[in-house]
Amino acid sequence: MSAALAPRAPFDRVLLLVVPAALFMVLLFIYPFVYGLLLSFEPAQGGALENYRKFFTTDNLWPTIGTTLKLALPATIVNVGIALPIAYRMRTKSRWQRFITTLLVVPITLGTVLIAEGMLTYFGPKGWLSQFLQLTHLYDGAIRLTHNYWGVLISLIISGFPFAFLLILSYITGIDPVLARAAATLGADPKAQFRHIYLPLLAPGLAMCFCLAFVQAFSVFPSAVLLGAPAGPTRVISIAAYEAAFEQYDYSMASAIAMIMGFVQLLIVAFVLSLRNWFYKGPVTGGKG
Amino acid sequence: MPEALAASDPASALPPGAFQRNTPWSERVWSGLLWGVMTLFLVNIALMIAAVATNSFARRWLGTWLPQGWTTNWYVDAWKEFQLGSVLWVTVEVVFAVVFLALLIGVPAAYTLARRDFRGKRALMLLFLLPLMVPPITYGIPLATVLYQTGLGGTMAGVILANLIPAAPFVILVMTPFIEQIDPNLESAARVFGANTARMFGHVLVPLLAPGILAASLLVLVRTIALFELTFLTAGPDSQTLVVALYYAVFAAGVRAPQSVDAMAMIYMVVTLVWLLIALRFVNPTQLVSRVKEAPQPGM
Repeated sequence: MSAALAPRAPFDRVLLLVVPAALFMVLLFIYPFVYGLLLSFEPAQGGALENYRKFFTTDNLWPTIGTTLKLALPATIVNVGIALPIAYRMRTKSRWQRFITTLLVVPITLGTVLIAEGMLTYFGPKGWLSQFLQLTHLYDGAIRLTHNYWGVLISLIISGFPFAFLLILSYITGIDPVLARAAATLGADPKAQFRHIYLPLLAPGLAMCFCLAFVQAFSVFPSAVLLGAPAGPTRVISIAAYEAAFEQYDYSMASAIAMIMGFVQLLIVAFVLSLRNWFYKGPVTGGKG
Repeated sequence: MPEALAASDPASALPPGAFQRNTPWSERVWSGLLWGVMTLFLVNIALMIAAVATNSFARRWLGTWLPQGWTTNWYVDAWKEFQLGSVLWVTVEVVFAVVFLALLIGVPAAYTLARRDFRGKRALMLLFLLPLMVPPITYGIPLATVLYQTGLGGTMAGVILANLIPAAPFVILVMTPFIEQIDPNLESAARVFGANTARMFGHVLVPLLAPGILAASLLVLVRTIALFELTFLTAGPDSQTLVVALYYAVFAAGVRAPQSVDAMAMIYMVVTLVWLLIALRFVNPTQLVSRVKEAPQPGM
């Protein structure tokens, strides 16, 4: 979509409508961001790169990147991976579509704390799940699904899945079913219809969905504290940033960690968006992906 | 699916869903697997909510199937102890201010992006997309620093401004496709009759956009109630919203009975759920990002 500005056109006043929003974003998003970036190069002591040097040489700081990725990537892949086939199944209108869609979306309202409390009660060592498993002798060992890696991962899936599902569903229903029927006319079975019609058209939407779901999982904070082991295996990067800012009052270091976090995030986003081009070849657009 | 059309066109005898009559077994296994995963997910979530609900009414509940007695005292407790009345009022004020302001700056911007092509449009889109693509903590920490320097940190205004950062782009993202569907001829007609931009907005666009605006505002509302990080970073003691108050209640768990926290969590869920259900009544979730094409449109 290249800019098609007529030469010497009179100034279009409609363009002014975008100014308040743009101004707001520049003032409250770009300015703090740049401020934080500059602040991160002005450490309390040492040279300009001292904060970054410290981050990558301190033992409880640099591994947080890996810890966060180890939680966020599987959570996002599971969420998008399960949401895609379910949303694909729900794409046609039926009596159940609306009802099931609503049911699947409801967990959005739960909130991190309710999920955490619920998991501590339900998955806990004396919870219903463990009592049920012992009663039926399906599994006799102690289940450990809270206060560790798995607790945080499960809570990320519970809170992230509805969002991924909703987004993918709206992208899938935006694809004209006539295209799939045309393929069926030419002898494509359902699998081929999905592989050669839906998947390529969905690629931009899927990439977008993956990125948005990943942002949510990557900035995991409350559930890592409440459900995980915030001192050890689920010490994610946002905990490190928070501690620097509000426990050590080292805003320069906190900004540096925040910038590293944003940088890793943008690397993943860029990678996913470049992957999308590998799927998406034709000029046909199926929706507003 | 339009039945008449499928019937009149023998070549397209395979509308989606019709292949289920003579499906191969692999297809059936796959379908069963999907239903299984869905059921497992929903049943566990339902039980999880039930566990919190049970605990919030429980007198004493340790290692048995059901608690030893029932009480509603925890709700009374939570209301008094956490000053829920004032927390809820702050939440309402923040959320409605955010929704109103996000619509106020978001809808006109979405209009321009939907209707005009101009130099720098791509950069502008990126500017609006970026806040949704960057983790809230990344810009939240520098933002909190800036807000505290200007004296806005810890105040209600600061919390509202911080929450607007993801809310306004979200409105733009949802509203742009809605506006694109409206026939520009209607606007031209209004112009011909001498309406200026403000009147055209008030009398033509806003009524036509009402469903979209309603959908966007309800979604922003639900998202803002749930947005933890930015409020957490910018709120002071008397500008906490429900999520943040809830987090502090759990974090300082030693002092408080877990039942009391659970009662508060239930109140939180009910508050959000009511709004979400209202939202889902007005907007089909499938129409969020793009419209459903139920029938082939002539001239496509």
